[in-house]
Amino acid sequence: MTILRAKGYDWRSTAFHAVTLAATALIVLAVIVIIGDIVWHGAKQVSWHFVTGGTKEGMFDAKTAGVFPMIFGTLALVLLMTVGVVPVGVITAVYLTEYAKSLSPITRIIRSAINNLAGVPSIVFGLFGLGFFVQFVGGGLDQMFYGGELHYRKPALIWAAATMAIMTLPVVIVATEEALRAVPNGLREASLALGATKLKTIWKIVLPEALPGVLTGAILAVGRGAGEVAPIMFTGAAYYLAHLPTNWTDQFMHLGYHVFVLSTQSPDIERTKPILYGSVLVLLLVTFLLNLTGVLVRAKIRSRLRHG
Amino acid sequence: MELHFDQELTQAKDQLLRMASLAEQAVTTAIQGLVQRDDVAAKRVLDGDNQLDLLQKEIDEQCVALIALRQPKARDLRFLIVTMKIAAELERIGDQAVNIANRARLLNREPQLKPFVDIPRMFELTRDMVRTVLDAFVYGKLDVAKQVIPHDDEVDNLEVQLHRELTSFMLEDPQTITRSMNLIGVSHSLERIGDHAVNIAEEVVYLYEGRDIRHETKNA
Amino acid sequence: MDKPIIQITDANFWYGAKQALFDVNVSIMPHQTTAFIGPSGCGKSTLLRCLNRMNDLILGTRVTGRIAFNDHDVNAPDVDVIELRKQIGMVFQKSNPFPKSVFDNVAYGLRIQGMTDKTELEARVVKSLKKAALWEEVKDRLHESALMMSGGQQQRLCIARAIAVEPEIILMDEPCSALDPTATAKIEELIQDLEKDYTIIIVTHNMQQAARCSDYTAFFYLGRLIEFDATNKIFTNPTNKQTEDYVTGRFG
Repeated sequence: MTILRAKGYDWRSTAFHAVTLAATALIVLAVIVIIGDIVWHGAKQVSWHFVTGGTKEGMFDAKTAGVFPMIFGTLALVLLMTVGVVPVGVITAVYLTEYAKSLSPITRIIRSAINNLAGVPSIVFGLFGLGFFVQFVGGGLDQMFYGGELHYRKPALIWAAATMAIMTLPVVIVATEEALRAVPNGLREASLALGATKLKTIWKIVLPEALPGVLTGAILAVGRGAGEVAPIMFTGAAYYLAHLPTNWTDQFMHLGYHVFVLSTQSPDIERTKPILYGSVLVLLLVTFLLNLTGVLVRAKIRSRLRHG
Repeated sequence: MELHFDQELTQAKDQLLRMASLAEQAVTTAIQGLVQRDDVAAKRVLDGDNQLDLLQKEIDEQCVALIALRQPKARDLRFLIVTMKIAAELERIGDQAVNIANRARLLNREPQLKPFVDIPRMFELTRDMVRTVLDAFVYGKLDVAKQVIPHDDEVDNLEVQLHRELTSFMLEDPQTITRSMNLIGVSHSLERIGDHAVNIAEEVVYLYEGRDIRHETKNA
Repeated sequence: MDKPIIQITDANFWYGAKQALFDVNVSIMPHQTTAFIGPSGCGKSTLLRCLNRMNDLILGTRVTGRIAFNDHDVNAPDVDVIELRKQIGMVFQKSNPFPKSVFDNVAYGLRIQGMTDKTELEARVVKSLKKAALWEEVKDRLHESALMMSGGQQQRLCIARAIAVEPEIILMDEPCSALDPTATAKIEELIQDLEKDYTIIIVTHNMQQAARCSDYTAFFYLGRLIEFDATNKIFTNPTNKQTEDYVTGRFG
């Protein structure tokens, strides 16, 4: 049998190669066009004043508008949400991978619940948040601790954060589960064989090793938290506030919500267009910076795991 | 670095050296029983042969176990095989000592036939040969091992000489036949001991050089 | 005559519906090395993992019979499996050091028992590393990651880690199968040294290794114990023909 190249040209391989290149080009092009448009139109608006200024002088005037309260509110929301979703998500993932028997009915119920949760539209979360957190839980708290006085039964940072936490829960659970599964079983066996309990093994060996994966989940959750608008519309975001929020019972302003407001509520669309682009650009930058922070922290943890 | 296996090899070597010392003692004591007409000494040799036999069995058992369990290679393997072979030679040397002791007891019942000249000389030669080859075994002195082979010729010559002398005795006086035959027997035993020493020398060369030099120096 | 430190009586074992061990009876003597040999799937690893109840980690396993450690059935309801594993340690086929420093690896077993005194921890870590013939190689690198070491060193680290909690028995499940001949030889020498202080049970698919390092050998086939005797006897004059066929390489 000969090893020499056969006669004729391999059309199929070339064609496939071309198709994959075209798909890549399409995606890259789309990203360039979207980001490019935003940067092109928004760059001039993003000045020091824009980023640090407030809303006192007027939100619809391009020269005086400031988005600092929105940045603050977005960050506060993301922070509270993360504090809520990460522990719950990690504990659920730990239960599912380390304790649950994979074929038992309870496990199957939990898994399908997570899958369904992931498929719920964000506006539904918003309504859920309003009905459950604001009215039911908030109302209950007011009855129990404040004798009916209004403290919690209103849109607030805490309720918006809780709603976002529920919404991003599947992402955190799945990412954590992946990370836990990737921990080699040999490490668990070694720990148990030394006389450690399952809990100690998880806490001292498995979770630390899975930490980068957990952070991935957190990064993904943060990305959604900074950007989603529907869930926070009824649960805490406000169109205009005179002051920054000081308590988690306060409402807050939000970059994404601000963009929504500017594009649907402004009296003169042409005048507010620059502010719109500027806000969008700031939103992208904030999201990018949050992601970058997460990625850097994760990289640091990864290298420490490798090199001791 | 010293392995556990090295310790086991040393144990086997020590056993073999113990056996060698016992064998040498047996021959010396047997000759003593003959030349000094000492029946007590002769009896000691007969009683002590059992120990030599047991030692050979122990050494073989040890070596077989080490071969089975340690998968020895190269010099380790040759060492174990050679140790078993030398043990066999030493056992036969012990048997020759028993033969000498038995003949000594028979000779001691009759008056001494003639002064002992050749037999003590043969004994000294063969004793030195055995000591030399065992020294060579322990220290790897190969030149010395090879020297032993011509010494064996000397022993063989002495045997022929004695045989001739005793034959003339027997022809002159039939009363001397029994004693002469026994003395011939003793000299034959000593000649055999010399041959065993040569065999051991050949094994030592195999151990240290890996060459099999047996059956090369047969006299015509 | 010493009492056996482990006495296995009529042990049977199932993975779900599949039976893996049939009526196994064997006595393990203290301060000796016992080897479990046999072709793949004969049950030797399964039996080993019964001794420190690592099979508990697998769903659907069942064991009957009596597996006694110092005369106490390890499967009895009043047994604390955590305490059991502190007294019966294990070294695995693929070395599994934690992604921590050398020191932290060896100290792990002590720390989880609550030991916090720095001097005591240090003393125990040094002692264990010396016993595992690893001290000279790591004494200047105690706080470097364990993952930086060679395979043979990592496995000796795992041995040091197991020794640190001062078990009575060390179980070794094919400890050298992932190592090169030089590293293997080092560990085989180590096993013969450790015998003085511990009882060692080693599972190996390499019967020459069993011949080299063990005092007693148990030959298993298809879940049954075929022959158990002094290693010398098994390799020079076994009683059972199956054993002889296996040991001379004429199996199958």
